[in-house]
Amino acid sequence: MSEQTILLEIEQGVALLTLNRPGSLNSFNADMHAEMRSAISQIRKNPEVRALLITGAGRGFCAGQDLSDRNVAPGAEVPDLGESIEKRYNPLLRSLRDLPMPVICAVNGVAAGAGANIALACDITLAARSASFIQAFCKIGLIPDSGGTWSLPRLVGMARAKALAMMGDKISAEQAAAWGMIWQCVDDEQLMDEALKLARHLASQPTAGLALIKRALNASMNNSFDEQLDLERDLQRLAGRTEDYREGVAAFIEKRKPEFKGR
Amino acid sequence: MSQNLLVQGPVKGVRILTLHRPEALNALNTALLGEISLALDEAEADSATGAVVITGDDRAFAAGADINEMASRDLVGILEDPRQAHWARIARFSKPLIAAINGFALGGGCELAMHADILIAGENARFGQPEINLGIMPGAGGTQRLLRAVGQSMAMQMVLTGEQISAKRALEAGLISEICVPELTLERAIAIAQIIAAKAPLAVRLAKEAIHKAADADLATGLRFERHAFTILAGTEDRKEGLAAFQEKRKPVFTGK
Repeated sequence: MSEQTILLEIEQGVALLTLNRPGSLNSFNADMHAEMRSAISQIRKNPEVRALLITGAGRGFCAGQDLSDRNVAPGAEVPDLGESIEKRYNPLLRSLRDLPMPVICAVNGVAAGAGANIALACDITLAARSASFIQAFCKIGLIPDSGGTWSLPRLVGMARAKALAMMGDKISAEQAAAWGMIWQCVDDEQLMDEALKLARHLASQPTAGLALIKRALNASMNNSFDEQLDLERDLQRLAGRTEDYREGVAAFIEKRKPEFKGR
Repeated sequence: MSQNLLVQGPVKGVRILTLHRPEALNALNTALLGEISLALDEAEADSATGAVVITGDDRAFAAGADINEMASRDLVGILEDPRQAHWARIARFSKPLIAAINGFALGGGCELAMHADILIAGENARFGQPEINLGIMPGAGGTQRLLRAVGQSMAMQMVLTGEQISAKRALEAGLISEICVPELTLERAIAIAQIIAAKAPLAVRLAKEAIHKAADADLATGLRFERHAFTILAGTEDRKEGLAAFQEKRKPVFTGK
């Protein structure tokens, strides 16, 4: 094991996680899954970290599954893709969604297959103008996984979701932003500056409150209006007990800038 | 005196029992089961306690029995198992028992939860009877109470496969009555217990008994029991107080007589 497939730097409350197999457009193999898992568990355990920023090394963001891990020779036994999803992709997607902090994604280049859907599962996704999104699965007889069939209709509506998933067309970052699939498209050379600025800002905000906002919005996709009102009541009860809420109110009354601790 | 069970209260009529064997995900060894049954003896005897909440921690309510302990028992050992008396004591508790469940409630832990009258669970709760995976089966009501709570198909599936179900499915199936954000599960259970503890104790006790009766009697017997219990309450001072307070539009003050 020579090369690190995941780079993790933690600075000023921001964890910067870089997918690092640039030679293969940062596609996922077993090593990268394992390193990703350990990086996310480190982030979760570190109370200093208040925002996560994910990006890719080199010219691509992530090309999804490394198909050289998946070559099916004629006559060979068919691999159980369900198992790989159950053991690797699904836990990764669940852990990003459950992480109690904002997860920002800076899509620096092509995001294809599971790579696209990982980007879409993050809380706030920015993309470089030259980046693109491809639901490549349909071209090799598969279905969008890593939450794609869940995220797409919710982000862009069913009509566009079906066409994207069945045609596998490349969507530019500008188009993605225009459709509401991502938060913003920015010029290539500004992507990391913008993304870091956003991450640092969020890391200085009331993180516990942001985590509760994330929980509430994620749950709203499946809840009825009534259930959601109850959930808002419960999460607001928790939010009201945070130190940051006290600080926020105190600073407002004293007409000063609040100093949030993320608790 | 081992301290696997923390007892707090009563506060506003409610005692809280917290299973505390974090190193073993609150696995129910005989000692812990004994402590629970002792704590219920004390709660039963204390007129200031109107209801009891039982809970675990964030990760587990209770993740089963103590496997090492179980493995050391042979046929005769199981026949003379002291645990049966503890389970019977928990089942006999006459005051309302409310379980606040976060995380795993598996095997004996699921059975303990089902001994409660009301089950409140966090979204992260998982219920299951995995005994079948060890070549055994539920031995503390898991096949009986689960069937009554969730119906045959789900009970069979859970007991025969050992697979767990989520809090959401447990709610849909009627195993639990409310689902909470995990940080508020205990608080919600305590709030419910406090509401109950403020009611007339004799009415609460007989109402609980009547509902339990429904689980093992035919409808005619159950209705007869209900009528008798209803009649018994007619002789209580709390009934007079309750009705009078309603008519006078004030809060009743119950004395338990």
